[in-house]
Amino acid sequence: MTTHEKLDVRGQLCPIPVIRTQNKVKTLASGDTLEIICTDPGALNDIPAWCEVHGHRLIDAKQAHNEIVITIEVVR
Amino acid sequence: MTQPRKAVALISGGLDSMLAARVIQNQGIHVEGLNFYTGFCVEGHTHAIRAKDQRAQKRNNALWAAKQLGIKLHIIDVVEPYKDVLLNPKHGYGANMNPCLDCKGLMVGQAMAWMQENEFDFIITGEVIGQRPMSQGREKMPVVSRESGAGELLLRPLCAQLLPPTLPEKNGWVDRDKLLAFNGRSRKPQIALAAEFGFDDYAQPAGGCCFLTDERYSAKLKDLWQGRGKRDYELDDIMLLKVGRHIRPRPHFKLIIGREEGENNFLEGYRRQFTHLRPISHEGPLVLVDGETTPEELHLAAQVTARFSQGRDASEVTIAIHERQGNSYQLSVTPLEANSIPADWYI
Ligand code: SF4
Repeated sequence: MTTHEKLDVRGQLCPIPVIRTQNKVKTLASGDTLEIICTDPGALNDIPAWCEVHGHRLIDAKQAHNEIVITIEVVR
Repeated sequence: MTQPRKAVALISGGLDSMLAARVIQNQGIHVEGLNFYTGFCVEGHTHAIRAKDQRAQKRNNALWAAKQLGIKLHIIDVVEPYKDVLLNPKHGYGANMNPCLDCKGLMVGQAMAWMQENEFDFIITGEVIGQRPMSQGREKMPVVSRESGAGELLLRPLCAQLLPPTLPEKNGWVDRDKLLAFNGRSRKPQIALAAEFGFDDYAQPAGGCCFLTDERYSAKLKDLWQGRGKRDYELDDIMLLKVGRHIRPRPHFKLIIGREEGENNFLEGYRRQFTHLRPISHEGPLVLVDGETTPEELHLAAQVTARFSQGRDASEVTIAIHERQGNSYQLSVTPLEANSIPADWYI
């Protein structure tokens, strides 16, 4: 069974959202999804780039007002 | 078939670390990158806080480098261990508050621990002899190898031919003849090699990889310590030094004044930790008060806040004050005259 988790890193500047994502993903299994909520627009580039180099899948990245929500799927 | 050897590369996001990684990848070695977050790092988007800069390209240079190299990048948070490096550097500081040699020792030491934990074989860096006098002089190279504990497992592919052979060379994991002999401050060999490797988009940070090489930032850090009467810091302190105008009207308190919308939004996140002021009769900045103040001093802070508001020329500006302890009230003040703010209040 896969799980869906959330990570709230609002107010944190990059690369902290990436570091927190990386550390959270370590605890997840293949197929699990993680929804990251943040405010630093840099995350819109950095989290997808981090996913790409590690082979995880970017499911969605959207920005509404000052908040950004990025959803990824862990691939091992 | 035997497993390929594995190297862990220190990736700053600059060109040299990219080149070093590619030189080693080209020898059939599996490479993964480590990037260290000290809290002082200059990101491609550190200025993303400022609204006007938000349209500029924002990317983490180390991740960008890893993407181009096709390697995994692990970002390591060294904020806590870095404090001791910055506060008590055995080898002192560079031109500003940058303790580069001790910093390198910490990073290579951390890489060594990561290497052992993840069963990698050796460490590579993009250092070039003589490139940065303080941390990359020829006599400094053995210091980092020794003090980090990495010893002969630390290979600098860009200048390895000018240094004694390391274990990866002695053991035949890498071919020393295919390593390089870059030396000195010229960037030409790196730029030529980048062209050969097809790297055409890379970061060229002017000062170095962190804010500690910046004179203004270093002055703010020293002022923080002086104002508090002790050399210490938390991550929030050093983040706030990157934002706003810092004005110290009295030795025991300073004001952090948002310069525009993006900075005001960022400072909003710190509201609960600080007494803060905001003009309400006119548009104006959010101002945090760092330190303890008397009512007279808060009145002065309100006048400074008014000075930086749209009401700077008005006879009176109303300022909302929220004390850290929870009291909120309003004050109507006359904005300070521009020439009543002495130059030495600006940090
Ligand atoms: S510039 Fe900063 S991050 Fe780079 S080596 Fe020096 S102290 Fe360390």
